[in-house]
Amino acid sequence: MGKYIKFLGVGILFGIVLVKSEAVSWYRIFEMFKFQSFHMYGIIGTAVTTGIILLLLSKQLKVKTIKGENLRVPLKEKGFIRYIAGGTIFGLGWALCGACPGPMYILVGTGMFSILIVIAAALLGTFTYGFFKDKLPH
Amino acid sequence: MEYILQPWPWYVSGPLIALIMFSLLFFGKTFGMSSNLRTMCSISGAGKLVPFFKFDWKSQRWNLVVVFGAIIGGFIAHNFLSNPINIDLSQNTLADLKTLGFNNIGQSLLPPELFSWDAVFSIKGLLILVVGGFLVGFGTRYAGGCTSGHAITGLSSLQLPSLIAVVGFFIGGLIMIHFIYPILF
Repeated sequence: MGKYIKFLGVGILFGIVLVKSEAVSWYRIFEMFKFQSFHMYGIIGTAVTTGIILLLLSKQLKVKTIKGENLRVPLKEKGFIRYIAGGTIFGLGWALCGACPGPMYILVGTGMFSILIVIAAALLGTFTYGFFKDKLPH
Repeated sequence: MEYILQPWPWYVSGPLIALIMFSLLFFGKTFGMSSNLRTMCSISGAGKLVPFFKFDWKSQRWNLVVVFGAIIGGFIAHNFLSNPINIDLSQNTLADLKTLGFNNIGQSLLPPELFSWDAVFSIKGLLILVVGGFLVGFGTRYAGGCTSGHAITGLSSLQLPSLIAVVGFFIGGLIMIHFIYPILF
């Protein structure tokens, strides 16, 4: 149980940050895709910039994980079709219901229980992908 | 305390999200929220039908704990760390949503036009949530990641596949908002 406490802590912080930044709001996603505010671009931009700096620094300083291994990001497989096609399908859904997977869970905590329908549908979508995986171009 | 109760600016929130990603890497894991959807399918027994879901989901328990924490975090932030305040949307967004027929814009996190129980129990409202959720769940696994895995982790580690996926996210999002919304609303 003890080894899971840190992940609970990270999750709690994640939930708080995404609510307080309003990134879980459908309205903010609409606004982002309309290019009418800098807010979401500021969040993603500073997250990625900070992330790049942290990862470059940890490589320079040879930072180890708590397991004593080199801190490394798992590499995505090479490819094009799966990323552009899967990404586009994801984007259509993201803009339609205004929530990507992280915010879906977080919104349950804010008491927006109708989001459970979106989560159930997302599970069905994931299952459907698994079912047709070998027939899809990747 | 007053600063905490206000909405947090982007330049505070963005670096904190990077810190969350980094701490998971430091703990020997990785930041990826959509993987949990696959795990939940496996727990529900999908592995009996589809080999894609036949894996040791217990190795993913740590990520389900992150999800559980995120739900608690959402509860804490919404109930104890927030003043009731309208979302400070741009004037153009307010005007556009009004044109589409939305009311009480930004007075809650989600628009009642889509997420109130009245909306959910209409055929159109239900279809929007179900189709939207389905596309997110299908697309994210097809693309091998969502906003956390590709846009934050993948771009931070300068991976080309993630850049392609994020371009896809925007192609899809822009098509939805600019071409499909005017038909739907």
